[in-house]
Amino acid sequence: MSATLERNYLTEQWTLRSWLLTTDHKRIALLYFASITVFFFLGGAAAALIRLHLILPQGALLSHEMYNRVFTMHGVVMVWFFLVPAVPVTLGNFIVPLMLGARDLAFPRLNLFSWYLFMAGGIVGVAALFWGGVDTGWTFYTPLATDYARGHVVMVVVGIFISGFSSIATGLNFIITIHMLRAPGLRWFRLPIFIWTIYATSIILVLATPVLAITLALLAFERIFHVGVFDPALGGDPLLFQHLFWFYSHPAVYIMILPGMGIVSEIIPAFARREIFGYKFIIWSTVAIAVIGFFVWGHHMFVAGTSLYSSIVFSLLSYAVAVPSAIKVFNWIGTLHKGSIHFDAPMLYALGFVGLFTIGGLTGLFVAALAADVHLTQTYFVVAHFHYIMVGGMVSAFFGGVHYWWPKITGRMYPEMWGRMAALLIFFGFNLTFFPQFLLGMQGMPRRYASYPPEFQVLNVLSSAGATILAAAYLLPLGYFTWSLFRGARAPANPWGATGLEWTMPSPPPTENFATTPVVTERPYAYPPPGAEPTHAP
Amino acid sequence: MWPLPRPASSNAPELDALIYGLLVMTVAVLLLVFGLMLLYVVRYRAGSTLDRGSVAEKSWRFEITWTAGTLVVFFGLFLWGADLYVRLFQPPGEALKIYVVGKQWMWKVEHRGGQKEIDVLHMPVNTPVELLMTSEDVIHDFSVPAFRIKHDVLPGRLETLWFRADETGRFHLFCTQFCGTDHAAMIGEVDVLSGPDYENWLATAPSSGDLVAEGQKLFMRYGCSGCHQAGLAGGGGTVRAPSLNGVFGSTVPLSDGTTVQADDRYIRDSILDPSSQVVASYAPVMPSFKGVMAEEDLLRITAYIESLAGGP
Amino acid sequence: MRREMQFSSPAHQADTALAGMWLFLATEVMFFGGLFFIWLVYRHVHAVGFAAATQCTSLLIGATNTLILLASSLAFTLGVLAARKGDHRTLLRLSMVTAALGLVFIVLKGVEWAQDVAAHLFPGAGFGIGGTDAGGAQLFYAFYFVATGLHAVHMLVGVALVLWIAWGAQRRRFGPAWNTPVEVVGLYWSFVDLIWVVLFSLIYVSGRV
Repeated sequence: MSATLERNYLTEQWTLRSWLLTTDHKRIALLYFASITVFFFLGGAAAALIRLHLILPQGALLSHEMYNRVFTMHGVVMVWFFLVPAVPVTLGNFIVPLMLGARDLAFPRLNLFSWYLFMAGGIVGVAALFWGGVDTGWTFYTPLATDYARGHVVMVVVGIFISGFSSIATGLNFIITIHMLRAPGLRWFRLPIFIWTIYATSIILVLATPVLAITLALLAFERIFHVGVFDPALGGDPLLFQHLFWFYSHPAVYIMILPGMGIVSEIIPAFARREIFGYKFIIWSTVAIAVIGFFVWGHHMFVAGTSLYSSIVFSLLSYAVAVPSAIKVFNWIGTLHKGSIHFDAPMLYALGFVGLFTIGGLTGLFVAALAADVHLTQTYFVVAHFHYIMVGGMVSAFFGGVHYWWPKITGRMYPEMWGRMAALLIFFGFNLTFFPQFLLGMQGMPRRYASYPPEFQVLNVLSSAGATILAAAYLLPLGYFTWSLFRGARAPANPWGATGLEWTMPSPPPTENFATTPVVTERPYAYPPPGAEPTHAP
Repeated sequence: MWPLPRPASSNAPELDALIYGLLVMTVAVLLLVFGLMLLYVVRYRAGSTLDRGSVAEKSWRFEITWTAGTLVVFFGLFLWGADLYVRLFQPPGEALKIYVVGKQWMWKVEHRGGQKEIDVLHMPVNTPVELLMTSEDVIHDFSVPAFRIKHDVLPGRLETLWFRADETGRFHLFCTQFCGTDHAAMIGEVDVLSGPDYENWLATAPSSGDLVAEGQKLFMRYGCSGCHQAGLAGGGGTVRAPSLNGVFGSTVPLSDGTTVQADDRYIRDSILDPSSQVVASYAPVMPSFKGVMAEEDLLRITAYIESLAGGP
Repeated sequence: MRREMQFSSPAHQADTALAGMWLFLATEVMFFGGLFFIWLVYRHVHAVGFAAATQCTSLLIGATNTLILLASSLAFTLGVLAARKGDHRTLLRLSMVTAALGLVFIVLKGVEWAQDVAAHLFPGAGFGIGGTDAGGAQLFYAFYFVATGLHAVHMLVGVALVLWIAWGAQRRRFGPAWNTPVEVVGLYWSFVDLIWVVLFSLIYVSGRV
């Protein structure tokens, strides 16, 4: 440890109380980092069980009922306790005020309360999943979830409901912060794209999550009191549940991916040493995705018994929402053109994101096509599609962001060689895990099957082999990041030579961030021309 | 062609063409995206002495071009998919009706002649078949990958699915909507037979009696004939009820001014939820048989009503 | 008043707090809006049952409660005006009146629910309304209990907030220089009142006209 230990947000106070009662957005971000990591590995353990079980057609490890509980746990934990919160509550919490030149978020105590809500919801939800388990799938379709499933459905739903309030509070905090706490000179069209994506994500969070809340409340009410809101035997409508559920859950996937797109939009200019291509178009695309994303939910229900006309409209809108994503991909590639490209770990993750997200997005077009969806829906094709976007895309972007901002957050550099190795291993392991699943789906293998016809075995084994590699690859960062906290090289304020107000702070920043509020006069991503290289920290 | 299963229905070839078309487009875009990325990271890697010149300032032309291109391609794919869907999945006029009831965790199949089977569906080749499906409990999904067909099966509702098998053989039948513990075991097969073989099978399969004949008995046992007096011109006794002669397939005027096609679903809804669609000029006095009439009885009575010929 | 360090001025902090409450109310609109939407869908599908069920609601209690809430909103709005002028005593009195009216509302709601349960109107086995669309009537009451229950929870939170304002008024915390909490609570209270007006129209009125 260096003899001249500066006063920063980490060293300010060390008591447990100072951490659990902090209102400093940076500390809250770290609290969330810890929680998110635990949930990620919990959901990942469930995934490992699934892939291990599926190496044999009759199932290798678990009973049917246990398998159903495990994939339900995997879905619930990964969706609500990892993917939805991950980037906003960790990187968002830490970086947004710094990027804006602010000293904290608009409502710091609400921020802390959000973490407690998240923990409460997560603990209740996970407890239910362990204590007896729930075997309805994360989608809770009725009347299975209301009238037929055994297990602690109401408890899980309560856990998700509570964590939903955390989401709403977080989104509210970001929206107000971005409106009200920008430094002088930071006009809307000078904001980094990460801010725009957090803003769009927050809009979706505050508008869509309440609908989930009411849907889950009605689900619980029906299950407890045996009233027929969604049960046809009592006069209800099971399709209504699906409409309400997907009205939230489709925008939810944009909550998951938009921040990842924001991270990639920060990393690529930094490691290509040039400004981003098409800044305004990327912003308009972000807004378009957030808006159009509210109107495509019916594409989860093409074979559910909805009308032909509504299906046609939803198919058209689903194609429409894919266009802005394509625009972003072209712009990121355009940013590489005439750049000066460095292959540090964050850049490897960002490039991986572009490739894997594109594959995921293009396969979305298959299921958006009405006739093709009839064959492909409810098969492993859909499973592969969304894992390419969520895991290949979003998790890669998350890892990229963590590597990129690690020096700022911890004041240490991670070991670069290990970082690159992990990135490459993740890319390889991921493709081996999920590409075979596209083929399985085309062959007709249904999803959520605890056992399957033998002709599907080879591809399942390949997928499971990939999962082993992926699991090992995900454990690597856990190892070397921890190592870096004690032995990593000290990070300067701006190891990457990147633009953005967060890099004008020391690494790690002092508790109050900016002693004097900065005034912004430059355009965003004002990188020097190629040739003026920064000096990286060793 | 692998990985798609061998196409065995009349829908399949056109649907496969769509999937291959999507595949070709996907590969082309991926070649472009990965190709450009690879090209740029090599050419413009840090330290390469390539003269980069000035960075492109005006991005508008590129943006408009690739946005327009994407819109055109995507809209084309939407039209292709929608067109196929509208053409291929609307039933032709006459089809052989087979009844399917999904239940945790089996498929119960019944043919017009009363032949019953479980987890197997025998059907004739080259004949349009219309499945009338419902569920006894939760939502299931009837899926035959070889025929490229799939549709949810809902409790309390009748869903229809039509297709025409072009090849004889045995094909996987899967349940593809998670329905509980043994969802993965709710597997069966569709056994497509040649015409004569199918007739043989019908003759020898165990049957509980022709559906229409059974339906007529049930029609009386449930008291329907008391008001509807099928066979005569109108209601008998003190209750005035619409005549059911020839109603199946006709256009029925409703009390709210709209009209409805009297198909299987209409007949079924009229029995289970009569107050929701009342025939014009009649009072809403018909009792509901929901919870009273078993699914199998419902099928038989509907089949019987369908068989009633007669004038308006 | 404690100014937080991330704001450039007290006015900045006040504006931010108000913006936050408006946004929060927007999320509440989505929450209750989802419920209203389902209600409308089911009312269309089960017109007969819903009409039958509406007849069994207590228009007397419903209308009384509506008047109580409207009066309470008036009281608190006057309280906000008093706070702006620095009139602590009036603010205290009006806050207490508001809270009291809110509690009366909740008590009346409890009485009404007790009556409903005694009349076998709680959905489930033994539901009291029959007829051709018994299922629809039961759905009506499912929504009735869920919606009024959720509203009552919001009311309880509101009463607590108003009492907090009363406590602050007693300690003379609010005045022309700073009365943001009063404004913010006022917004919340008016919103909960507005939700009730919509509920009243849907539950008690729309099936009767």
